[in-house]
Amino acid sequence: MAGSGTAHMRNNDEVVLEVRDLVVEFKVGGGKVVNAVSKISFDVCRGETLAVVGESGCGKTTLGKAVLQLPPPNSGDVIFEGTNLSKLPKEQLRSARTAMQMVFQDPISSLDPRMTVRDLVEEPLWIWDRSNEEDRAAKVRELLNNVGLDPELVLNRRSYEFSGGQCQRISIARSLALEPRMLICDEPVSALDVSIQAQILNLLQDMKDRYGLTMIFISHDLAVVKAVSNRIMVMYLGKICEVGDPEKIYTKPAHHYTSALINSVPIPDPTRKRANVPLQGEPPSPVAPPSGCRFRTRCPAASDKCAAEEPQLREVSPGQFVACHHPRV
Amino acid sequence: MGLLSGSNLRRSGQVVFDGKELTAMSPREVRDQFGTGMAMIFQDPMTALNPVRRIGSQLAEGPRIRLGMDKKAALKRSAELLSLVRIPDPEAMLRKFPYQLSGGMRQRVMIAIAISCNPELLFADEPTTALDVTVQAQILQLLSELRRDLKMSMVLVTHDLGVVANHTDFVAVMYAGEIVEQAPTAELFANMKMPYTKALLDSIPNIEMKSGARLKVIEGRLPNPVDRPKGCGFVTRCSYAQQKCHDEHPPLVDAGSGHLYRCWYPLGHTIARKP
Repeated sequence: MAGSGTAHMRNNDEVVLEVRDLVVEFKVGGGKVVNAVSKISFDVCRGETLAVVGESGCGKTTLGKAVLQLPPPNSGDVIFEGTNLSKLPKEQLRSARTAMQMVFQDPISSLDPRMTVRDLVEEPLWIWDRSNEEDRAAKVRELLNNVGLDPELVLNRRSYEFSGGQCQRISIARSLALEPRMLICDEPVSALDVSIQAQILNLLQDMKDRYGLTMIFISHDLAVVKAVSNRIMVMYLGKICEVGDPEKIYTKPAHHYTSALINSVPIPDPTRKRANVPLQGEPPSPVAPPSGCRFRTRCPAASDKCAAEEPQLREVSPGQFVACHHPRV
Repeated sequence: MGLLSGSNLRRSGQVVFDGKELTAMSPREVRDQFGTGMAMIFQDPMTALNPVRRIGSQLAEGPRIRLGMDKKAALKRSAELLSLVRIPDPEAMLRKFPYQLSGGMRQRVMIAIAISCNPELLFADEPTTALDVTVQAQILQLLSELRRDLKMSMVLVTHDLGVVANHTDFVAVMYAGEIVEQAPTAELFANMKMPYTKALLDSIPNIEMKSGARLKVIEGRLPNPVDRPKGCGFVTRCSYAQQKCHDEHPPLVDAGSGHLYRCWYPLGHTIARKP
């Protein structure tokens, strides 16, 4: 598992974002390199929600940031609506990026505690000098209303006066201010209480419908992902394991890693106890990833071939692609 | 465990542990219960360990003080504990500092510290909330095995009903500082009485739900603990609330087979139901 390849790429007019052979590496001391994202390719169609799942440290967040060129990837192309972002000069990149916004994991620390909610939501509008003062004020009110906050009550308050869920609503209003066409959500609910999670997930769905957004949804929580996505990409140590339709992946995972992830999720039903822990140990260090398939050190089906040869993504059933020499289906 | 402090703290009531009334003891005497009597695993493995001391010295502390071992014996015991929690190469681990370990590894070290003096009762406060699902499954299975092998009782504090369903015998559901429902685990899931328990279960994304399905939401927020409603604590968010729920505080009612709940109109009740 965990291989490269482009078999899952779709070539049609609906593709909004196309990422090819993306590589992100970080230098650490002693001439060592962390292979955060290794030659990943994927595409996202208009109006689709692509979920990126995997354990912490598998490169999900780095991937999301690299799409926005924060920082630019070491190599590979990010093509958004026909423009290759990795080749744009700095100023043009800044202006192209207004169409893609990010919602961060920690809603409290991602908002400036010294700014009022009015300033937080309005800031993108005045940075880009959009419309006059009056229209901006109206826009701020509209955005706050849309995310379920009462403008009268919140406009002059600061982020520390709000709970995590309310801060995430403010972040979402802020990210929507420039009317982006794509939203990258990096674990938007993992810092929130369970009862608040559902509210924010429903809000994101509403905003997606209202503003016609395309989304990349990064999460380690498979249950959350199932609720929001149209397409799922499972990552392991900077590589893709499996891509495809959520219904297929959840009912018939082809990758041993996907299957282990799904079987690790506790089910709230005491009559159906999980028999065995599906996966032992932890992922190896991305400084020295295993040869061939990167999952082979923890895989129950690993063979000599897995050490020698890196698996390429291939279609195992319509709309389901897997990078594994010994797939489960 | 008597760990709350502060000049604004007011407390009353009794805590009886193993026949001894902890609430009547001095802090010093309560402390003597720690390690061999009670132990705790904290929620955040990243901050609960001392960052400037080696794992070995943190682990050996309990056995040295509580079990009277000398340094060498305590370190040997520490290495055994680390292999008990399935840490590979325990000897090398003893010399490491917490920053060199992943979250899952630190949580294992925390568990090893908590069980180092064979406690009779282990408190685990959200022991897996900060961890990945795959590691969560490993840690929970490890706790279940240790509980069985060391004949230890455990109080597991969690918000995850999936974890509850798979790893507990008995559940108490809390809301706004009160127990609102308690029952043996199987009984609770088969026969929920409190609208709050049901709403909590419904609001959690379930891996078996249809993709794209809308989640049910518990509207509103917890009541302000300074100014609670005089009736039921859940009344402002409950879709079945009646006038009586606003006016009178519900008592805990016994439904038989160890199942208690605190509600005027429990689920399955037919009278005066509004959707």
